Amino acid sequence: MSPASAPRSRQEPERLLVIDPAADRFADYQIADLPEFLAPGDALVLNDAATLPASLRASAELELRLMSEQDDGTWLSLCLGHGDYRLPTEERSAPSVLAVGAELCFGHGLAARVRAVDPISARLVYIEFQQRGDALWQALYRAASPIQYAYLRAPLALWDVQNSYAARPWAVELPSAGKPLRFETLFRMAARGVTLAQLTHAAGLSSTGEAALDARLPLAERYELSDETAARLRRIQAQGGRIIAVGTSVTRALEAASMSGTLRGGARRTDLLLGPGSSLRTCTGLISGLHEPGTSHFALLEAYAPRALLNHSFRHAERQGYLQHEFGDSCLILKGALDPRPRSRERQQGGLVGDRLQSS
Amino acid sequence: MEIAGTATLITGASRGLGEALALELGRQGARLVLVSRSRPALEPVLQRIRAAGGIAHALEADLGSKDDIYPLSGAATALVGPIDLLIHNASDLGPTPLRLLLDTECEDFERVLAVNLLGPFRLSRVIAGSMALRQRGTIVHLSSDASVNAYSHWGAYAVSKAALDHLSRIWATELGERGVRSFSVDPGEMDTQMHAAALPDADPKTLARPENVAAQIAALIRASATANGGRFQVSSPGAEA
Repeated sequence: MSPASAPRSRQEPERLLVIDPAADRFADYQIADLPEFLAPGDALVLNDAATLPASLRASAELELRLMSEQDDGTWLSLCLGHGDYRLPTEERSAPSVLAVGAELCFGHGLAARVRAVDPISARLVYIEFQQRGDALWQALYRAASPIQYAYLRAPLALWDVQNSYAARPWAVELPSAGKPLRFETLFRMAARGVTLAQLTHAAGLSSTGEAALDARLPLAERYELSDETAARLRRIQAQGGRIIAVGTSVTRALEAASMSGTLRGGARRTDLLLGPGSSLRTCTGLISGLHEPGTSHFALLEAYAPRALLNHSFRHAERQGYLQHEFGDSCLILKGALDPRPRSRERQQGGLVGDRLQSS
Repeated sequence: MEIAGTATLITGASRGLGEALALELGRQGARLVLVSRSRPALEPVLQRIRAAGGIAHALEADLGSKDDIYPLSGAATALVGPIDLLIHNASDLGPTPLRLLLDTECEDFERVLAVNLLGPFRLSRVIAGSMALRQRGTIVHLSSDASVNAYSHWGAYAVSKAALDHLSRIWATELGERGVRSFSVDPGEMDTQMHAAALPDADPKTLARPENVAAQIAALIRASATANGGRFQVSSPGAEA
């Protein structure tokens, strides 16, 4: 599947591949059709993490990518060697090993010291910024840029990598499942009785440039679900409503928060890995990008739908010219989504898009 | 809206009404992010709030620059959490002495619109989405009587404030059902540096004290009766009020 090579313009229709594991079917729609698939009493859960500019340059030979803030205020960071974003991370040269105590200067007055080197890979270091509070955040936003991708035509600006409902900058890469969702669509669903809810999940790096490290991804990531939201979602579950996660990060957070059997609010870290055979306690459906087989994201989709159906539908998407990666098209995986018995009046008027795309 | 504990962002907080609002809301327990083009100018305000036991952070930003908006909202939410109270107070008068429209440079007009109108739009655009999702938030726009009266020489500023009033109403219309309130306030004539720049001959004794005006704006923020989409004039503008 081709990557979307630039942020999408608002005029471009964004596509939605609807996959129904119960019916073992899929169909082509557009993202604006999403409200047709949700019913009053359902909930849509979004990750409201804003995207941090997480790429820092210490020198031409050394880029640091912030991975996650630790409880002690240090940042676990990935070191990359010579080269810039035009080179895929796996082709970047290995950086020279940093020693504990080394000082790093990133410009704009931002400086840090290496506090520890990860025992598993010397590419992973824990750094402590020398600034604190507002001085730190001001300098960080001046010195850092968003993480860039080799398949994009032009570098991304901070505006390009934010979801329109984002708040705290916890994510180091765009939680991209929410990117195609406009408020027009969200408000239409809310007006029909769909609950819009949010949690914050610190979505981490998608790739490190080192196969052994990539195999360990995702690392433990922090998330926060308010007690109030957890209670609302429990009520929705109790009343038979469906909970649709927007993105793999929301799935991980909600499932981690319901490991005890009941969805609980709180701020925690999770390294929960989901895949084929995982039983989902909270999430009923998923909105996501179209991920490639072999990635941890694809494995997570397999918690929602069997591999054969995913492969079959994604091959169809590829033939139909769907785009993938951060600014690509979306899929909705939801049991019963393509059930001919409509859950709502709009569905009756909708029709299957397999036809719609061909006729337009 | 309860002010104690509320994550609040105030633009133009280094002096005048912005400073007075920062001190007032800080006293009432808001968790503040103060914004100005110059951090050193914010230091004395920060020190006063912190000395009184309040919580305040300072960030530099040029509200007229689109590139400053996400760094501002990102740093602000990192410091105090999702913003629940957003106060658009920063304003640019344009060159003083104020000029007739025919003497106003196009670039000066654009700059005034950039700071007074586009800045508040952009900042609300990146902050109000989270408010709408969380169904909680108040946006306050500082207006002027020049927005409703066509005073000679106030062209660029007056046009920006008239548009800002309407921006406030449309936010209210679009977000009211999602629990987000937006209103604008005409603070009246106050004894501030900006007023002195615009009308150097005014007698300060006839002007309102910014701290009195700030207390009344805080009351509007607290009151559940404050109409969404409303435009309010602060009463009793006399210096003794």
